[in-house]
Amino acid sequence: MRIAPFWPLAAATFVIGVAATFYFNEYYFVAGYLVLQGLIMATAWNILGGFTGYVNFGSAGFFAMGAYTSVVLYTAINPPLFVVIPAAAVVCGLLGLGAGYLTLRLRGVYFAIATLAMAIVLETLMVNWEYVGGAIGAFIITEDVPFFASYNAYLFVLMLALAIGSVALARYLNFSRIGRGLAAIRDDEVAAECAGVPTLRLKLISTTVMGAMMGVAGALYPYFVTFVEPVSAFSLIVAVNAIAMPMIGGTSTWVGPVIGALLLGSVQEWTKVNISSELNLLIVGVLLVGFVALAPQGIVGLAQKFAAWTREQREKRRGDDSATA
Amino acid sequence: MTQPLLDVQELSKHFGGFTALDQVSLHVGKGERFGLIGPNGSGKTTMINCISGALLNESGRVLFQGQDVTRLKPHQRTRLGIARSFQLPRPFSSMTVLENLCIPLEYAAKERSRLARRQEEAMAILELIGLADKAHDHSGGLTQIDMRKLELARAMAAKPDLLISDEAMAGLSGSEVDEILDRLFTLNERGVGVIMIEHVMKAVMRFSQRIVVLDAGAKIAEGTPDEIVNNPLVEKAYLGE
Repeated sequence: MRIAPFWPLAAATFVIGVAATFYFNEYYFVAGYLVLQGLIMATAWNILGGFTGYVNFGSAGFFAMGAYTSVVLYTAINPPLFVVIPAAAVVCGLLGLGAGYLTLRLRGVYFAIATLAMAIVLETLMVNWEYVGGAIGAFIITEDVPFFASYNAYLFVLMLALAIGSVALARYLNFSRIGRGLAAIRDDEVAAECAGVPTLRLKLISTTVMGAMMGVAGALYPYFVTFVEPVSAFSLIVAVNAIAMPMIGGTSTWVGPVIGALLLGSVQEWTKVNISSELNLLIVGVLLVGFVALAPQGIVGLAQKFAAWTREQREKRRGDDSATA
Repeated sequence: MTQPLLDVQELSKHFGGFTALDQVSLHVGKGERFGLIGPNGSGKTTMINCISGALLNESGRVLFQGQDVTRLKPHQRTRLGIARSFQLPRPFSSMTVLENLCIPLEYAAKERSRLARRQEEAMAILELIGLADKAHDHSGGLTQIDMRKLELARAMAAKPDLLISDEAMAGLSGSEVDEILDRLFTLNERGVGVIMIEHVMKAVMRFSQRIVVLDAGAKIAEGTPDEIVNNPLVEKAYLGE
C-alpha cells in the first residue's frame, strides 16, 4: 500500500518535529514521546505478529530489557546515548534470537504463553538484581544538552528519528523478499518450507529485528522518567499497547501499526489529561474488543474494503451509463 | 543401469513403539511415472514425508540424483528438485493464486529473478494447469478442484525433477479425476518424474508405469499395474483372506 512518497514524507515529519520543539511547551514532547514509544513498540510487534504470524505477549520484557541495558551502562560508565541505544538493540536482539528458537517447538498459543513467561522470568531477575536497584529501582540523572529547548525536547527528537527508522525498516521488510517469505510462513508454515522458504532462518530474522526494535524503544525510557523500577518497566500497558495498536490499525502492512499507534496513543494521552489516567487500559480494552469483533483487518482493512467498494460502484455506474447511451 | 532419480535405501521410521516403515527400499527413475499404493495406515504418507523431509527417518538413506539428502531440511530438498503437493490443500490464503506460485518461483529457484519474470513464469504454469483465469482470485476462496490444481501448480513452480502428488484426486468426481490426471501426464511429458500416492485405483493403474505396494510399513509387491492387479499378496492386503 503506497500513500505518498515515503522518504520525503519521513524527512518532512522529522523537520516539523524538530521545529516544533521550539514553539510548543514541554507537555507536548512528553505526550509525543509516549506516542512515539508506542509506535516503535507496535511496529516491532507487527514484524513478528503481523508479518510472520507469531503472537508475542512478552513485549514488556523486551522493552524493559532495553531500559535495563541503559541502567546497567549508566551505572557502570554513563556512556553517551549513541552508545546506549545500539547496546540495547544488541542485547534485546539476542533475546529475540532466543525467542526465535522457541518457534522450533512452540506455535500458536503456546508460543504466546512462552513469551509471557519469559517476560515474567526477566522481571523476577531484575527485582533480585541489586546492581540495577532491585525492587527499589534506580535513578538516572540527566544533564543539560546544547541546542535543544530542554532534555525532553531532545529525547523527543531522538525518539522521532528512531521511530522513522523503525517504520522504514518495517516497510522495507514488508515489501522485500524476506517479507514475502514471512507472509508465506504466516499463511502456512509447512507449505512455505516445502515451497523452498527457509522458515527457521526467516523466523529468526523476524524475532531478532522485533527484539532489537523493542530494546531501542526501551533504551531511552530511563532517561525519560529518570527513575526505573521493575513494575513500571515491565508494565502491562506496554505489552497490551504493543498488541492493540497493530490490531486496531491493521496487521498485514507496515502502515497499520503506525495508524493504530498515532490514533490510540493520542487518545490515551488526551484521556490521561482530560478524564482520568486510570481509564487508559479500559479504553484500550474496549477499542481492541470492538476492532477484533467488527473489523479484524483493522483500519487499513476497512480502508481497503471501502476502496474496493467504491471502485465497484464506479464500474457499475459506468456500466449503467453505457447501457442507457 | 543408469543412476535413478530417487533412491530410497532400507528406510525405517518408528513413532514410539509403532513401526511405520520397516526397511523399505524403492527407486524412481528420471521422468518415470511411479505409483505408491497401500491400505490406510500402511505408511505411504510417512514415506513421502521422509522423502520430502517433513520427517527424519531413523535408519536408511534417501539419495536424490546421487546426492545423500537424508539430513537435509524440506526447503533444501525443494531447491534440489523434490516438490510435493498436499493431501489437504494448504494454500497461502492471504495471497492471490498468482502470488502463491511466486513464492516457490522466488525461493526454490537456483538464481534470483525479477518480479515481472516470476509473474510471467507463474502465468505460464497456471495456463498449463488450467487456472489462468483465476490468477488474480484470492486463493482462500477457490473450489476444491481448483485448490488441488493450485497445489500441483505451486509444486510445479518449484521447477522440480520429482513431483510427489499426495492424493491429489481424493474426493473428486470422475471427470475431475480425469482432468487432474491429464495435467499430471502433461507435466510428466516435460521430463518430470512423478510419484503418485492415490486411493483412486483407476487413476493409479492408468497413470503408473511401475507400482510399489506398502502394507503395515513393509513393501509387499512391486511391478507393472498388470502384475500388481494379479498379485495375490496385494489382494490379501486390501481385501483380507
